[in-house]
Amino acid sequence: MTQDSLYIIASVGLFGIGLYGVIAAPHILRKILAINIMSVGVFMLLVTSAKNVNSTPDPVLHAMVLTGIVVAIAGTALALFLAGKIHALSEASDEDSH
Amino acid sequence: MFQAPDFKNNSYENELPFATRVLCAIVIGALGFGLIAALILTENISSSLPAMVQQKLTQSGVQNPVTAVLLNFRSYDTLLEIGVLLTVAVAMLPNANFNSDINPDMPGGNRSSSHLVSVVNSAAGNPPLEAFLRWLIPMIIVMAGYMLWTGTALPGGAFQSGALLAGAGVLAQLSGRIQFCFTSTTAKLLLTISLITFVMVAIGVATTTGVVLQYPLELAAPLILLVESAATLSIAAILLLSYNTLATQVFESPSEHSTFEHSAFDNQPSDVTETSAPNETLQSQTAEDPKS
Amino acid sequence: MNFNIFIDGCLVIGILTLACLCLATKNLFTAIVLFVSLGLLIAIAWVRLDAPDLAIAEAAIGAGLTGALLLATWRQMRERAHGNADTPNKSGGENVSSP
Repeated sequence: MTQDSLYIIASVGLFGIGLYGVIAAPHILRKILAINIMSVGVFMLLVTSAKNVNSTPDPVLHAMVLTGIVVAIAGTALALFLAGKIHALSEASDEDSH
Repeated sequence: MFQAPDFKNNSYENELPFATRVLCAIVIGALGFGLIAALILTENISSSLPAMVQQKLTQSGVQNPVTAVLLNFRSYDTLLEIGVLLTVAVAMLPNANFNSDINPDMPGGNRSSSHLVSVVNSAAGNPPLEAFLRWLIPMIIVMAGYMLWTGTALPGGAFQSGALLAGAGVLAQLSGRIQFCFTSTTAKLLLTISLITFVMVAIGVATTTGVVLQYPLELAAPLILLVESAATLSIAAILLLSYNTLATQVFESPSEHSTFEHSAFDNQPSDVTETSAPNETLQSQTAEDPKS
Repeated sequence: MNFNIFIDGCLVIGILTLACLCLATKNLFTAIVLFVSLGLLIAIAWVRLDAPDLAIAEAAIGAGLTGALLLATWRQMRERAHGNADTPNKSGGENVSSP
């Protein structure tokens, strides 16, 4: 059980948990949380494959993951904003139907 | 198979049926086991990219390989990433023409200034936090500057220091004493300065070396520092704008009439210290339109 | 057992447990708080994987700012669900600016 295999299990596990959460969670905030957990799993897989024992780790993959973290929070912010707007519209449509 | 997502009340009555969920879990579990087996049994193919980066590191102008990759070897990716951030910021700008209003219960929700940062007394504020922030915010600013500077040789860089500054802004807004208004001119300048700087640097070096985004060797370090500084300011502004919009916008549907006048946009001259006249008139004009 | 493998094993078990709990709790606030702590454990995992830049970025962005954004949206949704966001309190603050 090397370190690499432990983190591979963790990354695939995170991705699977996130995917199940996106499908099965009822509330929209949970789905957004699950998408973030999926992205963390993917980043962990990238960083694990960037790790070398002898020399410095692969900087191209680190840069990719750094870009990914920043874009993930931007996407989460936009998703939360849209969720708030849809929330307001769905409440209005409920009031109209009364 | 997929129900509509629940937006209102975290209710578990619209959940997928138990059999469907178990089936999903089994399928995902099987795929996961297959992936784990495939990944563990695959041998690590050593790519030639790390060796290439190590060779050219002295020519890149910085000593940190991640910063060199981000801002020199793959600077096009960083340019596009900053474009993506700016797109998200534009989508979340507070818009005076929309039927969306400010929630005055949240700290920072009494926006009536044309400045980026203004001091306000909010009833939802937090005096101990405000007292703590008198010490903490200068330290955070110094730490962010240090992290920007040391990103050339040690772990650090533009994204980390931008995130630190955004965190400082979130804390300042939560203390109830400081509010941010992102429709001011300073805010628009801060949001766009990174993209402008990066594109100008990209085109500027093209006139010297002939290739877009290829820095001349002796100017690589100052150019990278210039682009990183602009990126820090922009990233901090964009992340702070996201928090500000999510925390203080009250989303109203088009069919509702707001129950109070747009008091956030009435200009009370005694409250704002220096006003720039074009901003004022523009805001009061756009505040009139949704009332019809 | 090798000490490094022990640390990594504990981290991995903690990460997977937090992820399961985050999506299994009934309370939304608990889920958001568990997500923030998951982000902090992930930051430690980046340190174990020789990625210090990513650790700093994940701690600041992934744990801190994402948690703040999620809590702000949660509060907005909760206020609307309880029906008191449509009539905001006008006396909620006064505008005083420093001279």
